[in-house]
Amino acid sequence: MMQPLISADHIWVKRSTATGEKVILQDVSLSLAPGKITTLIGPNGAGKSTLLKVLLGLVPLSNGTLKRKKNLKIGYMPQKLDINPTLPMTVERLLSLGTPQRTSKIQAWIDACLTEVGGFNLKYSQLATLSGGEMQRVMLARALLIEPDILVLDEPMQGVDVLGQEELYQLIGRIRDTHGCAILLVSHDLHLVMAASDEVICLNTHVCCSGHPHHVTADPSYQKLFIAPYQHSHDHCDNGGHS
Amino acid sequence: MGHLFFSKLVAYALMAGFGLAITAGPLGCFLVWRRMAFFGDALAHSSLLGIALGILLHVNMNIGIIVICLLCALILARTNSRQNLAVDAWLGIVSYGALALGVLALSNSGTHVDLESYLFGDILTLMKRDLYWIYGCDLLVGSFFFWKWRELLLWTVDEELAQTAGVNVNLVQVVFMVILALTVAVALKAVGALLVPALMIMPAATASRFARSPEQMAILAACSAFLGISFGLLASIFLSTPSGATIVVACLLLFVTSQVGRKWL
Repeated sequence: MMQPLISADHIWVKRSTATGEKVILQDVSLSLAPGKITTLIGPNGAGKSTLLKVLLGLVPLSNGTLKRKKNLKIGYMPQKLDINPTLPMTVERLLSLGTPQRTSKIQAWIDACLTEVGGFNLKYSQLATLSGGEMQRVMLARALLIEPDILVLDEPMQGVDVLGQEELYQLIGRIRDTHGCAILLVSHDLHLVMAASDEVICLNTHVCCSGHPHHVTADPSYQKLFIAPYQHSHDHCDNGGHS
Repeated sequence: MGHLFFSKLVAYALMAGFGLAITAGPLGCFLVWRRMAFFGDALAHSSLLGIALGILLHVNMNIGIIVICLLCALILARTNSRQNLAVDAWLGIVSYGALALGVLALSNSGTHVDLESYLFGDILTLMKRDLYWIYGCDLLVGSFFFWKWRELLLWTVDEELAQTAGVNVNLVQVVFMVILALTVAVALKAVGALLVPALMIMPAATASRFARSPEQMAILAACSAFLGISFGLLASIFLSTPSGATIVVACLLLFVTSQVGRKWL
């Protein structure tokens, strides 16, 4: 077993609100290894995005430990980029913003990343004119630019039509194969996720169940969360930790 | 009328206008891009309390304005993370709360205060000392833009993205607030607390119709601000109208022209 790139050990995240303390993540553990696609699923408010942000170092832990490989490079694609249409910027400019200098080598690398995601024709387009799917491709190219060890994609399928979604999943699979990076993605869409993932983590504040996609779909706690609308009073699958 | 053009006052006013335009234009672009137009509004309104503070404590008015503006920025930044009220409600509370407190404090300061000049400004009352402040501010804002332009743009595109790209977002944000407060302070005498935001927002909005890159938009906004200030100033002399309001109307005309004109280009 390869050493994990990042591992979270029993992490908790609490946030103080007007009504008191709210637990957002409860005793969550996970680790990401190179070349593996891990998918995070869970209902709204389950803490999926928060967990990603914890791994990215954007949200502080309340409890637990987070270990990262030294000089770990994470390519991050946010859930939705809310770019104001009055900001005039080409795709090329956005991509070169991530790199300090503009050398011909970097220019060639930007071209290569755009080509890889099938977005080379968008190079000189204004960001405001891009469709949802085009924007996702550009953001994916942006994440690839830094040659990441881990690619973190927060709901990459948002605003992308069904046909585009399947294409995007194939693209993500190809990226894993060619770059050998770990991929962590958040998704609502179960069927497409199941086909493309090596591991699925079902999150609802705590980890309800995790494992191979087939294992998770058969799990009663997964079925309660996703198949039948159900009040989540009892939780944890048979192999889950504490009760 | 002719002699007026060569008078010292007009020369000072035009120099001040140029100095103000080159910072207000680009800063306005960031306010527009980041959807912070109302934030600029709130800071400008709160500056009236800063003036009162300056008068009451016998310190330089600009210092008072900067302190109060930063205090309001701090309050608003903290309320962002506490979501019991929407941001626009907080903006309204801080903005009008500070404005009203400022009016109260000024009217009780004992000395005779011309409230109207602070609310609407008069670019023809600027003196040499004001020019030093304006060009000092230009120097600071200019060097901030020069050193942190890439970081500022990343912050504008997306805060979290900037953070993962290694940008110290908090630092950029704080410095941005400081230069915004500084710009509000030095522009106040020219166009007044109620109209300062217009001088930032309108030229930026005008420029957004034509620009193809952020830099183009910043430069066009500065040009448009200077045009607006110059036309407004000259018009106010010929028509004997209040200079602050005339400048803003000139900026408005430029904006409307740009909206209509774009269709014919």
